[in-house]
Amino acid sequence: MPQLDIRDLHAHYGREPVLQGVSLSAERGEVVGLIGPSGSGKSTLLRALVGLTQPSAGEVLVDDRRIDYRDRASQRWLRERLAIVFQQYNLFQNMTVLRNVTIAPLEIQKRSKAEVEALATTLLDKVGMGHKRDAYPDELSGGQQQRVAIARALALRPEILLLDEVTSALDPERVNEVLDTIRALTREGITMLIVSHEMAFVREVSTRVVMMDHGRVVETGPPAQIFDTPREDRTRQFVSRILRH
Amino acid sequence: MGTLWERLVLEAPEFFNSYNLLFLAEAAARTLGMTAIGCSIGFVAGLALAVLRGSRAATLAPARWLAVLYVETFRRIPFLVILFVVLYAIQPLFPDASLTAIATVAICLLSTAYLSEIVRAGLESVPRQQLEAAEVLNFGPARALFQVVLPQSWRVILPPAVAFAVMFIKDTALASHMGVVELTFAGKIFVERGFSPVLGFGAILVLYFALSWPLSRLGAYLEKRLAPARHP
Ligand SMILES: Nc1ncnc2c1ncn2[C@@H]1O[C@H](COP(=O)(O)OP(=O)(O)OP(=O)(O)O)[C@@H](O)[C@H]1O
Ligand SMILES: [Mg+2]
Repeated sequence: MPQLDIRDLHAHYGREPVLQGVSLSAERGEVVGLIGPSGSGKSTLLRALVGLTQPSAGEVLVDDRRIDYRDRASQRWLRERLAIVFQQYNLFQNMTVLRNVTIAPLEIQKRSKAEVEALATTLLDKVGMGHKRDAYPDELSGGQQQRVAIARALALRPEILLLDEVTSALDPERVNEVLDTIRALTREGITMLIVSHEMAFVREVSTRVVMMDHGRVVETGPPAQIFDTPREDRTRQFVSRILRH
Repeated sequence: MGTLWERLVLEAPEFFNSYNLLFLAEAAARTLGMTAIGCSIGFVAGLALAVLRGSRAATLAPARWLAVLYVETFRRIPFLVILFVVLYAIQPLFPDASLTAIATVAICLLSTAYLSEIVRAGLESVPRQQLEAAEVLNFGPARALFQVVLPQSWRVILPPAVAFAVMFIKDTALASHMGVVELTFAGKIFVERGFSPVLGFGAILVLYFALSWPLSRLGAYLEKRLAPARHP
């Protein structure tokens, strides 16, 4: 039984169809790399999964339980298991780094202060941000904010982690810091859905790669298949063009 | 000039007696009290209206529409007219209601409309993504408002809200038309009792200044303090 099962998901922005029947699944501990050209609907898929964009058709199952995105309780249940790191970090600007990481575990999940603060310290150290725990987001560089955002998501103890282009806003030197962080996570058995344009990275960390275009899944397969012997022309085109960069 | 000066010197001991000073203090307190209570209640009600207008639930659509109607109407009626409408609406229902209370209700009604616009601009200044981040962390709407959005809106809300309150300290003078003994009315009473207008209204002027100056300074301070950073 897959931990995350997306079946024929559709979504629209106004009248424009953005997801046109996406199906994909992830087993527990699997790392699924999501690639595809700009505008193919990768971000929308992640947003739909966490309930920020209402799907217009299809279904999402987590641990075999169907999510009703119109129902508050069902959404809450989902968001207790699933965390997202946005492309633009979206740290709370009015809170320190530490507060950003601890507020939800403490006040929403009602976990103990001692446990949460110990975990937050560990996580911030792990992403190399321990020395900035009392800083505010606007005092940090983009890469630093990104790493705090990852710590914030992990502090929730999610079973599934969605990462949207977590390196695209970073300068090349910072990219490695963030990628190292994620690389370490892949060894911890969290199920991950990673949207990225860093093909070498996707190839390295993914157990499976999904190629999307125009709101549809074009091809799914192990990294070696997608990058070396793609079955679809569209995948070959995209991969060869982006690898040449 | 000599005669005016002589007259002032002559009247001053009588003017500044303890009875008159108490009367002035009471009038000043009434002006300040009506403004403070009216603007505070107006702020809370304005916040509620602003949140309502920012909501997206379809079931709230009629309420949203009423909120817009309320705000747009009350911002277009002169304050004096609101005062008299409230007076004639309340008096038959509550014959014992004091004029000060009635005027305060009118101030609440008007400040709700203005402050809701100020608060709305503040809430809208916070990027949508902040709210989305709160939502996926399972924050409820109230928690997201009070812990994420509102704290980031103060820098946009406070300067114009304070300016509004300062302006209203002056506008409460209109309540003298319906007989509320606030500062302006107190000035008129002194003149009618035979004191020189220079003395009577001079004292009023000083008191208006004493009430609004600190508030203006506070507004300027907040503006400076909150402008650059988004955190406290
Ligand atoms: N808020 C929005 N309103 C209207 N259309 C939108 C909105 N967000 C995205 N779209 C449209 O939806 C489509 C898919 O966008 P999406 O952001 O999911 O693509 P993406 O694969 O994440 O692209 P990128 O690689 O550039 O991040 C695009 O055509 C985009 O123009
Ligand atoms: Mg995107």
